[in-house]
Amino acid sequence: MKKRKHLSYAKYGYIFSIPFIAAFIIFSLYPTVYTAFIGFTDLKGLLKTSINVLQDPFANFRLILNNASFKLSLVNTLKIWMINFIPQILLALILTAWFTSNHNKIKGQGFFKVVFYMPNIITAATIAILFNVLFGYPMGPINDVLVKAGIFAQPYYFLTDKSASQLIIAFIQFWMWYGYTMIILVSGVLGINPEIFEAADIDGASDVQTFLYITLPNLRTILLFVLITSMIGGLNMFDIPKLFNLGMPGNATLTTSLFIYNQAFSGSYLYNRAAAASMIMFVIIAFLSIGVFLLMRDKAEVLEKKEARKLARQIKRGELHKEEAVK
Amino acid sequence: MKKSNSVGRSAFRVFIYAFCIFLAILSLFPFVVMFINATRSTFEIQQSGVSLLPSSYLASNYAVFTGKTFDPLKGFYNSAIISTGSTALAIYFSVLTAYAVVAYSWKMRQAFFSMILAVMMIPAQVTSIGFYQFMYRIGMTNNFLALILPSIAAPATVFFMRQYMLASLPLELVDAARIDGSGEFSTFNRIILPIMKPAIATQAIFTFVASWNNLFLPLILLTNNDKYTLPIMVSLLRGDIYRTEYGAVYLGLALTVLPLFIIYFALSKYIIAGVALGGVKG
Repeated sequence: MKKRKHLSYAKYGYIFSIPFIAAFIIFSLYPTVYTAFIGFTDLKGLLKTSINVLQDPFANFRLILNNASFKLSLVNTLKIWMINFIPQILLALILTAWFTSNHNKIKGQGFFKVVFYMPNIITAATIAILFNVLFGYPMGPINDVLVKAGIFAQPYYFLTDKSASQLIIAFIQFWMWYGYTMIILVSGVLGINPEIFEAADIDGASDVQTFLYITLPNLRTILLFVLITSMIGGLNMFDIPKLFNLGMPGNATLTTSLFIYNQAFSGSYLYNRAAAASMIMFVIIAFLSIGVFLLMRDKAEVLEKKEARKLARQIKRGELHKEEAVK
Repeated sequence: MKKSNSVGRSAFRVFIYAFCIFLAILSLFPFVVMFINATRSTFEIQQSGVSLLPSSYLASNYAVFTGKTFDPLKGFYNSAIISTGSTALAIYFSVLTAYAVVAYSWKMRQAFFSMILAVMMIPAQVTSIGFYQFMYRIGMTNNFLALILPSIAAPATVFFMRQYMLASLPLELVDAARIDGSGEFSTFNRIILPIMKPAIATQAIFTFVASWNNLFLPLILLTNNDKYTLPIMVSLLRGDIYRTEYGAVYLGLALTVLPLFIIYFALSKYIIAGVALGGVKG
């Protein structure tokens, strides 16, 4: 009797998932498959509706993989991501070490966190254009400061310099994200069992030793998570390179997302090639996502095991009836 | 020995504070320059880019800014509709989906949850060509629903809601409601949703801000001037029509930042706590 009743509840699991599944199929899965399909076709040109699969289905993919601009955009994207990520993670780790050390007792941590994280919530489009005017020539604010402080003899035209443009975009990314990374890492440290730190303290470990041999190894999962998610975000970088310097000068700030956008939506309407390029990026990101998937699955499992143990303890203490717990 | 050690420690602390203050200035400096320059004339800005004192050209900058092709209030209104709609859908259906995974044992539950984890990080951008063509064919470009309805399936939000539910939703409550004769759907609406309020608050902020700041999808889907969102209007500030009107550009940027500043500094406590908890948004 009781069992039948439980079975009848199970159907609500399916019913309550239907909206999610329907929206996912229509707005995510179908567009993904459709993008892949367009990659094999001749779909280009404005207002074109007929689609034919190409005689040589992989022609678009071959074209893209041999396209000098695409290869350059991939190199640019990785370069800008790396120049941003390495200092970002180092600074976040240093701040984490300072903020969580028992000896420093830094006051105003709440204030610093709020200010460091702040650029992250501002519209990226706004920030890109703001930096564009800040680095203006000849009398943008940055040039003004540098010349008045005597660091530069005369104003410098940053926006026509390839390396400077890449560096500035990397800096914007760094500046927007180090606060986020630091908050994640600090919360990771607070999640470590405090007894380990006490034991280290009693054993006379210095701050540096504690950080290197206890904190860092315990943060491994979170660091990996930050690395992979930052990489996925970096591979999708669009707003800032598009609006800071329009991919210029000489394609130095052309990222893969900007390349795909330009193929499809800025006058050339090469939907098939843009789709092929998208799919190449999709495969790369899917591989990275598998990493996040494994990390999160393990995290979820740990939580479940904790819950199960808690439940087991409760049963032992007779707080719950067995049948209730089985459900 | 001990004394020199503590002197060293104090010096080190001073260094840490100085460094953190430097970083704080670095975070704020671009925005301070932006707000001050929004009140200065283009001529003043070209004479010297940085000034500590505001000037008196706010009104004339505003006249130049709105005298061109677009209406910032319209952009504000469009962004508000899209962000509010997608936040409401994302939150409601994410809690519902998480509840389906947590509260019921059904055969496909584990597979379903694994699928959510697997697709969590796939950005909408890489499948945008197919999405755009699909929407174009069914006549949904320039329709806000194309940007709102996809939020029903928000895997990262489902994941967060599930973690929160596992930790803080007593399932005995659901059983008690059943005994009282409450239907499953009404239990969800009357009992589960209120319990989830703290999680809903943090996730609502992040979903809203992400939607508010989104540029890529609105840019390809909305081609009609009337439908432009705020970030699309911001992107027009980069165009030829404002080439030499620096005062107006700074003012336009400032107007898009101002509401975010107000929301952020009012809710910063919850936002920082949410970032620390989440770790899902990339």
